Amino acid sequence: MNFLTELREGLLISWSAIRANKLRSVLTTLGIVIGILTVTLMGTAIEGLNRSFVNSISSISTDVLYVSRQNWLIMSRQDWLQSQKNPKVTLPEFEAVQRNMTLAAAVVPVANVNEPVKYHKRGSSSISVFGTTEQYPATSGLTVASGRFLSAAECDSGRPVCVIGFDMATNLFRNESPLGEKISIAGHEFEIVGVLEKEGESSYNDDNAAIVPLQQYLYTFQHVPEYTIQVKAKNIDQIDDTKEELRAVLRRFRHIAPGDPDNFAINQQDQFLELFHRVAGTIGLVGLFITGLALFVGGIGIMNIMFVSVAERTREIGVRKAIGAKRRTILLQFLIEAACICLIGGVIAILIAWPATLVMQKAMPATLSPMIVGTALLVSALTGVLSGFFPAWRAARMNPVDALRNE
Amino acid sequence: MSLIRLQKISRRYQMGTEIVHALREVTLDIQRGEYVAIMGPSGSGKSTLMNLLGCLDTPTGGTYELNGSHVSELDDNQLAEIRNREIGFIFQTFNLLPRSDALRNVELPLVYAGIPAGERRQIALAKLASVGLADRVHHKPNELSGGQRQRVAVARALVNKPSILLADEPTGNLDSKTGVEILALFEELSRQGHTIIVVTHEEAVARHSRRIIRIRDGLIASDEPVVK
Ligand SMILES: Nc1ncnc2c1ncn2[C@@H]1O[C@H](COP(=O)(O)OP(=O)(O)O)[C@@H](O)[C@H]1O
Ligand SMILES: [Mg+2]
Repeated sequence: MNFLTELREGLLISWSAIRANKLRSVLTTLGIVIGILTVTLMGTAIEGLNRSFVNSISSISTDVLYVSRQNWLIMSRQDWLQSQKNPKVTLPEFEAVQRNMTLAAAVVPVANVNEPVKYHKRGSSSISVFGTTEQYPATSGLTVASGRFLSAAECDSGRPVCVIGFDMATNLFRNESPLGEKISIAGHEFEIVGVLEKEGESSYNDDNAAIVPLQQYLYTFQHVPEYTIQVKAKNIDQIDDTKEELRAVLRRFRHIAPGDPDNFAINQQDQFLELFHRVAGTIGLVGLFITGLALFVGGIGIMNIMFVSVAERTREIGVRKAIGAKRRTILLQFLIEAACICLIGGVIAILIAWPATLVMQKAMPATLSPMIVGTALLVSALTGVLSGFFPAWRAARMNPVDALRNE
Repeated sequence: MSLIRLQKISRRYQMGTEIVHALREVTLDIQRGEYVAIMGPSGSGKSTLMNLLGCLDTPTGGTYELNGSHVSELDDNQLAEIRNREIGFIFQTFNLLPRSDALRNVELPLVYAGIPAGERRQIALAKLASVGLADRVHHKPNELSGGQRQRVAVARALVNKPSILLADEPTGNLDSKTGVEILALFEELSRQGHTIIVVTHEEAVARHSRRIIRIRDGLIASDEPVVK
């Protein structure tokens, strides 16, 4: 008998055995249901978190370094106190970086303030205003949807022009084109020369922002702002070297003695990713432990019920052996039965998990992916095979004479 | 060449410190087409002999040649194949699978022989018809009478065209009328050329055979043809 027919026969026999003991099979499968449910929900949650996280940092390019006074991630009060003592990043520092960096493709200063905006009757009490140079698209990855970005000439001379984000454009201008219109930012008139494309889900997007020439920004909003210097590496593979060079330039400029700590921070996307992976890793580990525990308990239940099943059917095993079933056939029959019970548990778990993920969707972009469903079913079948092996082995090894004599 | 050739076959059981000699150097030949009854008091070794003949058990001494091959040297899997191909069992308690219908029960040896589904259904249906159960193929064992169950068992035993039909007290659980029916069926099978070995303690059952072997304390006490 070839393996495929054996598999089919095994399935047939298991199915009738499970159907004959419906309640028992379903009760036994509870542990597996709980185990697989945790696998599924945990996997979905981590995937969802991952997706929402990646979305939220998608506007931070991987090949851009951000020099600022403070570290993005302040992990302790001490860090915070320390960073408060750091001097602000200044314009001469930007110029020094621009002059001395060899590994940088673009160096851009960015100052930022929140101001109210108005256009005729419509307006908003607070939007982000960025003062920067014509290089900004290079580091931020922004693209212009209509019109154009700020020109070099405008940035050098500091003309009152601006580029606005997509959401701001749709909020202020319903039917007319914003290009060429004048809006009032904190009471100062700015002519719109371009509208940015929508960035979407990122938490740090420029959809509700106005970008103005730095010179104009300094003149209108803040004379001595706090800058961020954005440095785009020429080559993503050299991001670490670029960071070192940047650090050296800044230390030299600030006359920091060798051995003294930096009094500035160089941030990059990696930091977020690292933190996120640490958190997700911990969640995953806890989940794995709970899952493992539930599956272990469930597996023991399956093993127990399979021993009962084998004992109940000792005579059947004897008959099957007498008419020609081999050890392998009997072994497979009971393994398949255990795997089927567990698979039923897995399917029940997924049927429960499915509405649960719909609830989860309110908090994060979670979906029950085919990958997770596949994994859950595989794990449940595997649990069945593992916990069913010992009972099945006992059945396969039975002596037919003894089995037939069993009452 | 004999179909069955036992030479000095022994079977000992270890019961704690005691050794039970269920069979003591039994030598026996059975030819193709014979109809043999094995008789003896309870505990004399009849079932032990049946189990050895049916390759369900292996002897602790001696050699067993079945259809030319040395069975005592085979491993577990090979024995399963021999049982499937060469032997049809009929038990006192029928031993049908309770959850399967008559057809499925009769099909089972064909399943283990690897016959494709369509073909084995044909064969099984034909066998059920030949024992007079064409209209009961989808009945479960508990929906059949004792005589009908034993007929299903006979159909199952015959379905793989085995060399030997082994029956251990086949009428033990039947009333005398149905018992006679089953014995008539055996008679018919014997006429068709089947080799039949029946274990019984009933003289009346044994008289249906052509040869009676009597066992006592694991030894052959007598081996005589039946005079009718
Ligand atoms: N599995 C076994 N373990 C120990 N002793 C056994 C076993 N099977 C049979 N015997 C012993 O072997 C002897 C013959 O048994 P058996 O062949 O069943 O006799 P019968 O079928 O003629 O009644 C008896 O004494 C029985 O107790
Ligand atoms: Mg007996």
